[in-house]
Amino acid sequence: MKKIIIAALMVFGFGRVESQTPKGSVLIKNATVLTVTKGTLENTDVLVENGLIKKIGKNLQASNIQVIDATGKYLMPGIIDAHSHVALDAVNEATAPITSEVRMSDVIDPYDIGLYRALAGGVTISHALHGSANAIGGQSVTLKHRYGSGNPSDLVMTDAPRTIKFALGENPTRVHGRGNGIQPRTRMGVEAVIRNGFNEALQYKKAWEDYNAALKQKGANPIPPAYSERLQSLVDILDGKVIIHCHSYRADEIYMLIKVCREFGISKIVFQHVNEGFKVAPELAEYTMGASVFADWWAYKFEVYYSTAYNAAILMENNVITSINSDSGELIRHLYHEAGKAQRYGQLTDEQTLALITINPAKQLGIADKVGSIEEGKQADLVIFDGHPLSVYAIPQMTFVDGVKYFDVNEDSDDRRLKVSATEALEPIYLKEHEHRCMHGVDFFFTNFGRNLFTHEH
Amino acid sequence: MKRIIKSIFLLAVCLSPFWAKAQFDGEFVKPRNGKFLLQNATIVTVTKGVIENGSVLMDQGKILAVGKNIAAGDAEVIDCTGKFIYPGMIDGGSRLGLVEVNSIPETQDFAEIGQVTPNMQALVAVNPNSVAIPVTRVSGVTTTLAVPSGGLFPGTAALINLNGYTPDQMFAGFKGVILNFPSSARRSTWDRRSEEEVQKEAEKAEKSLNEIWDRAVTYHQLTKSGVTLQYYPEMEHLAKVIAGELPLLVEVNAANDIVNAIKWIESKKVKAILTGVAEGWRVADKIAAAKLPVIVGPMLSIPTRQSDRYDAAYTNPGKMAKAGVKVVIRSNDAENTRNLPFNAGFAAAYGMGKEDALKAVTINAAEVFGVADKLGSIEVGKDATLFVCTGDPFETKTQINFVFIDGYKVPMNSRHIELYQEFLERSPGLKKN
Repeated sequence: MKKIIIAALMVFGFGRVESQTPKGSVLIKNATVLTVTKGTLENTDVLVENGLIKKIGKNLQASNIQVIDATGKYLMPGIIDAHSHVALDAVNEATAPITSEVRMSDVIDPYDIGLYRALAGGVTISHALHGSANAIGGQSVTLKHRYGSGNPSDLVMTDAPRTIKFALGENPTRVHGRGNGIQPRTRMGVEAVIRNGFNEALQYKKAWEDYNAALKQKGANPIPPAYSERLQSLVDILDGKVIIHCHSYRADEIYMLIKVCREFGISKIVFQHVNEGFKVAPELAEYTMGASVFADWWAYKFEVYYSTAYNAAILMENNVITSINSDSGELIRHLYHEAGKAQRYGQLTDEQTLALITINPAKQLGIADKVGSIEEGKQADLVIFDGHPLSVYAIPQMTFVDGVKYFDVNEDSDDRRLKVSATEALEPIYLKEHEHRCMHGVDFFFTNFGRNLFTHEH
Repeated sequence: MKRIIKSIFLLAVCLSPFWAKAQFDGEFVKPRNGKFLLQNATIVTVTKGVIENGSVLMDQGKILAVGKNIAAGDAEVIDCTGKFIYPGMIDGGSRLGLVEVNSIPETQDFAEIGQVTPNMQALVAVNPNSVAIPVTRVSGVTTTLAVPSGGLFPGTAALINLNGYTPDQMFAGFKGVILNFPSSARRSTWDRRSEEEVQKEAEKAEKSLNEIWDRAVTYHQLTKSGVTLQYYPEMEHLAKVIAGELPLLVEVNAANDIVNAIKWIESKKVKAILTGVAEGWRVADKIAAAKLPVIVGPMLSIPTRQSDRYDAAYTNPGKMAKAGVKVVIRSNDAENTRNLPFNAGFAAAYGMGKEDALKAVTINAAEVFGVADKLGSIEVGKDATLFVCTGDPFETKTQINFVFIDGYKVPMNSRHIELYQEFLERSPGLKKN
């Protein structure tokens, strides 16, 4: 079996790496370089060759490549959004409390204008997650915003590790417990569903191990266990091959999942939203890969009523790896501003604050060796701002992914759609982005509870 | 023995004042009225320029003096060296106070049942003890328009100051009737109605709007001529708009709808303010020609059309201001009304400029709401509603130091700050013992 999987990986996995996505070369001259990990470098050049940062220094020369004069401007690493649903056709497979077999990489919409809008806000990578309807949702996908290609696989960051969505609290209990009349209806049930899943996965793993051992016996003719993509994915989590990203709000449920993970030997877990993460900051720091939070969202439902906008600052000061995410097609356009709020609420330094949207989310996605800071050898995902990016007045000027420019404030035309609907006589006018797409596709569950479809549902 | 009893008795007498009170830790800080001198600050008056090294004297809720070398007298002096003083920011549209937890119907007091409910008073439902109020006012947002929503005429909005224990203590002197003008736009990206459905609903709504309006005109004419009519609170309320006693706040966003709304307003000769106005930039000249003020926002919104430039919402207020429209900015939020200054910051960065953006959250709002004699700038005789901060209040890095509302020094505290104080260094930490 393993051989088959490896063979499949050879064909599909490695094949993908070799299918070339565009890589660019550019020399950015005389910028204030915010490296994030190695301080701020004044009047510095950054040389990009074939998609990678080749050299950082003064008076760099290069021939036959575009030179950009960034005098008086700021250069920072491409912003990374650890929680988004951009460029996804579907978000929730809300048919069972555990759906670890589904993959967001199957539903990528490369035409989503949201990708361009994110680039215009300096965001080069987003973690496109399954929704929060299920205790264990589908496998998410890390995207590079190579907007312009009609091929979904061109957007996939193939060298990023696998991730999976978990969800605690109100959403899974509402959808399954109250909506479908099955477990989980309570936070007790959520714990049990996850625990049962892991234990079944252990049994499943053992069944395959027994089978593979039996195969080695001379003359044996064992019957293979039934293959289950759902359980195999859970085995992969237990084996440390998949990073959990768990939608969570309350301190008690966060602590619950920390305990379950420790019991099953899982250390690759990041908590998402984590509005009450500040209450269990020492535990998050000790046992997890950190917390990815909103800058200031609260009170949109009961489990976020006891929140504080000082969450990011408290977590950072307690040495929790902390990032600020969007979970929204609107917020993703100004994550630099969202991060800046951690200076209003908790007075983080510029470097700490920039880490919230660069190197820290990179760590949480397992890609910090490739992106998230301006260092020689890293992938050239870069943004030029006309002022310090933490100022409300700063405007992104150019955004590069792998050294290729995908946004230019001065050169781009207004209309950046890749396709136009043939069936619509008039272009629709939308008054707002539905802020928080975690519950996308399960809105019909809310009608039973007297809720307004057009209020926030996060 | 007697001596021991006597000494215990004496001890008891000595301690009794302490026993009389329960043993609470810490002290609760309340809003405090008084005479205050804010000394040696950079005063951004908004209407009369910037005063360096200036002072502001306040007493009994009013600004008594603004300028240099003001004698303290018996006022409490607050040193503001290196700091800035701004008038309190005014949010032109918010749900603050009308909802506590957005998803819980029991706390949603912003939308009544029915299409025609102009008599629903937002001020009645404002909860002075909403947890979100202190969270908002410590940001320097001191005044908000509490806006009901829902049907065609969902109710009457009210301007409130964010300090007080009853709605009347909070009321800031302006009310307006909301009209959700028939819309050809989709409510959100999740609105999956077909083109025909959207169009049909808009046409139906416009027809019903005109019928209702005609009825209100009739009601007004009959009552004016002395006829006694049956109790009809909806019409009684709309008649006040027709009589010019209350302005109409017309929520309208798509360009075509704005043009229709302008025509409608002109044909009805009604005093109106446009709100929302997401596509105002497309028809800015027409809005300016109609001399209608706008309350626009939030700036932190996606463009209304996929074909629009990515920054269409950021640049909207600047484009309207350039065309000569009087612009007020709103957050259109509830619990995050504190983001008003950041919305203004984006407007400033994307074409409006800092000065106009500041006016859009201070004096313009006060003028549009008819309360410029009390709010919107730092001038002698106006209400002492202002704040002290370390720099530009639109910048996230800036800290707000003091907030005064109606002369009350409000505590720089909120649940968000209390949780910060409790959990920054948790005790016990990871290990209990």
